[in-house]
Amino acid sequence: MKKFILGIITLVTLSTHAQNNIRSSVSGNVETNLQVLNEDTLIGAFAPKEKAVMNTVMNINGSVGKFRAGVRLESYLPAIAGYPNFYTGTGLGYRYAEYAGEQLNIKVGNFYEQFGNGLALRAYENSALGIDNAFDGVNVKFIPRKGVEIKGLMGRQRYRFENGVVEKSNGIIRGLDGDINLNELIPSFGDSKFKVTIGGSFVSRFQSVNDTTPPIVNIYAGRIDMRYKRFTFGAEYGYKGPDPALQNGFVYNTGHGALVNLGYSQKGLGIILTARSFDNFQFRADKKIVGNQLTTNFLPATTNNHTYNLAGTLYPYAANPSGEVAYQLDVLYTIPKKSKLGGKYGTKLHLNVAVATDHVRHKSGTNFAVDGVTYIGRPFDMKDSLYNFDFNMHVSRKFNKKWKASAHYYHFIFNNTVNPVTLLAKGYIKADVGVIELQYKISRKHSIRGELQALFTEKDRGNWAAALLEYTISPKWFFAIQDQYNYGHPDSALQLHYLLGSFGYIHNQTRFIFSYGKQRAGIVCVGGVCRPVPATNGINFTMTHSF
Amino acid sequence: MKKISLLLALAIGVIGGSSFINTDDGGLGKTMPSVMLENLDGDQINSADLDNDGNPIVISFWATWCKPCRLELNTIMDEYETMQDSMGLKLIAVSIDDERNKSKVRPVVDAEGWDYDVWLDSNSDLKRAMGVNYPPQTFVLNGEGKIVYSHVGFVPGDEEDLYDFLWDLHENKETTSSH
Repeated sequence: MKKFILGIITLVTLSTHAQNNIRSSVSGNVETNLQVLNEDTLIGAFAPKEKAVMNTVMNINGSVGKFRAGVRLESYLPAIAGYPNFYTGTGLGYRYAEYAGEQLNIKVGNFYEQFGNGLALRAYENSALGIDNAFDGVNVKFIPRKGVEIKGLMGRQRYRFENGVVEKSNGIIRGLDGDINLNELIPSFGDSKFKVTIGGSFVSRFQSVNDTTPPIVNIYAGRIDMRYKRFTFGAEYGYKGPDPALQNGFVYNTGHGALVNLGYSQKGLGIILTARSFDNFQFRADKKIVGNQLTTNFLPATTNNHTYNLAGTLYPYAANPSGEVAYQLDVLYTIPKKSKLGGKYGTKLHLNVAVATDHVRHKSGTNFAVDGVTYIGRPFDMKDSLYNFDFNMHVSRKFNKKWKASAHYYHFIFNNTVNPVTLLAKGYIKADVGVIELQYKISRKHSIRGELQALFTEKDRGNWAAALLEYTISPKWFFAIQDQYNYGHPDSALQLHYLLGSFGYIHNQTRFIFSYGKQRAGIVCVGGVCRPVPATNGINFTMTHSF
Repeated sequence: MKKISLLLALAIGVIGGSSFINTDDGGLGKTMPSVMLENLDGDQINSADLDNDGNPIVISFWATWCKPCRLELNTIMDEYETMQDSMGLKLIAVSIDDERNKSKVRPVVDAEGWDYDVWLDSNSDLKRAMGVNYPPQTFVLNGEGKIVYSHVGFVPGDEEDLYDFLWDLHENKETTSSH
């Protein structure tokens, strides 16, 4: 530990003296989130006894020539509202040393990594959500020749950050991945319009526990990506051996994950069809852990990422980790400019449809008493039991140099039994959302933007209306005020307003945002930046800086 | 433990200090870090190998779900051809979309009609290496590959600042090369 830090100091000292000869740099970023919270039992906002809470994270990366090292310090005193409770104290959350050669890259310490589409392995962080499953170990990348990349890793994953110390997984993950770009590898194929990349992954967990479950569990995955002129095709299939774990009730079922993308695009038109199927495929660095921690692979939702608050935050679908079959279609089209329908600048259309269902469990041929297998699942074996349906369409148009407008419509059928987000409704929640946005550029520096949103549903908390007004002075200032009004709540005492005022100051790579009021959880875009935020009632101060 | 904290504090001090001593303009003047990522054709790219024959490069971090990012890239598109012709400008739009949305990047780029080079940073490796907190964040690299401009966020009007900066950079280069 001490040696590591001394190493960094040496590296940085070297970097300050070696400016003229070797390429060197120090870079990083810092983010502070400070909240002073009020309790608000009506909206369910919680105020801890400390009243003031704070998250701060600082990353520092130094490099000299081909050597790099970095640290991240984290501080939660205590963590902000809605943040996972296993983030406490101040300490070192991440550190690494790296050699980055032309063909060989070796990283020792903490690292993030992804194999293929993440079906077999993905370590990543999302500080806004409190997700960090970084590895601690060794990561090697080797490029023996152009078009071929081999990756290998071994490590334990980050489990939690308690009292300033990172606690790691009990299990050790070992992984190997290969990727071959045939056009780069085979010279005669280089100029072909037909582009092909293939790859394969092997991921293995070793965990010694005093029970009868297998100490080693493996995932195998293969993938292909092809492109011919305007068409694209991508697919990945993964197989997981029997993985008795807490998350599946310690059954010996095998698991699968499958992903297929089919796309067509040309200037002005883009179409993409995505299909995902998984069953018993969530893989973790510890068989006795559930929830968001220690995931080794990545199973995302097959839906659009909605950014308007009412559409994005009330009934958001997350993939069902135990299994689902999901399809999604996106069609994006720009009606050409200077046409009758397109107007002077063109009109943009986007249609998105997503559906997710349960999958069939074939019980014949299985004998739980003998082999511990409860059923057999097959890829894309849809069942007539809906998990989620999401239809949405968007139109946006620039009228002239000053005016821009867009309109949006969403229809959701949300299965609250399978993916519960509210205690006030049972079964399916049907909701319709409409949004209108207007933007007016007053002068070179001054602009004003307004949003009107409405959500209609007969279940849960009933109808909502929302309005937002934002005034920006480029490039430094923004001011915004928004209100969300739950006017359709079945209990008239709970027909509440969520009023929030904010302003921000941006100076190049530094940003300060100050807000006061009530805020619901979700992805919020203000002052030109998007990020997910938790529910709060009170003062919120954010500072971000890159250096 | 105390010693470790002390060393750590020292390390931060030195690192922080050095970043300000070496670059009195607040962290600018650095070169691109070396990170392996892919372009839309699936070709491997090393971000440090970026080159535009001595002409400026704009690096813009964006995501398909980030409205201000798309507004920024759409706005710049109006002037892109002019700036390509007059100063040889190249813009690289670095998508930080993860696996949930990565397959949508190409349809979005084509439907929007962007002529930019697009890189896929699907596990945020370049984002981390360049110290980006949230998108959009825009950098300018001068002809020597040094980062000479960085701006967080996008609101209408920000593009004018970027254009002014790029034209100044271009004029200074013309002046320098003619002397």
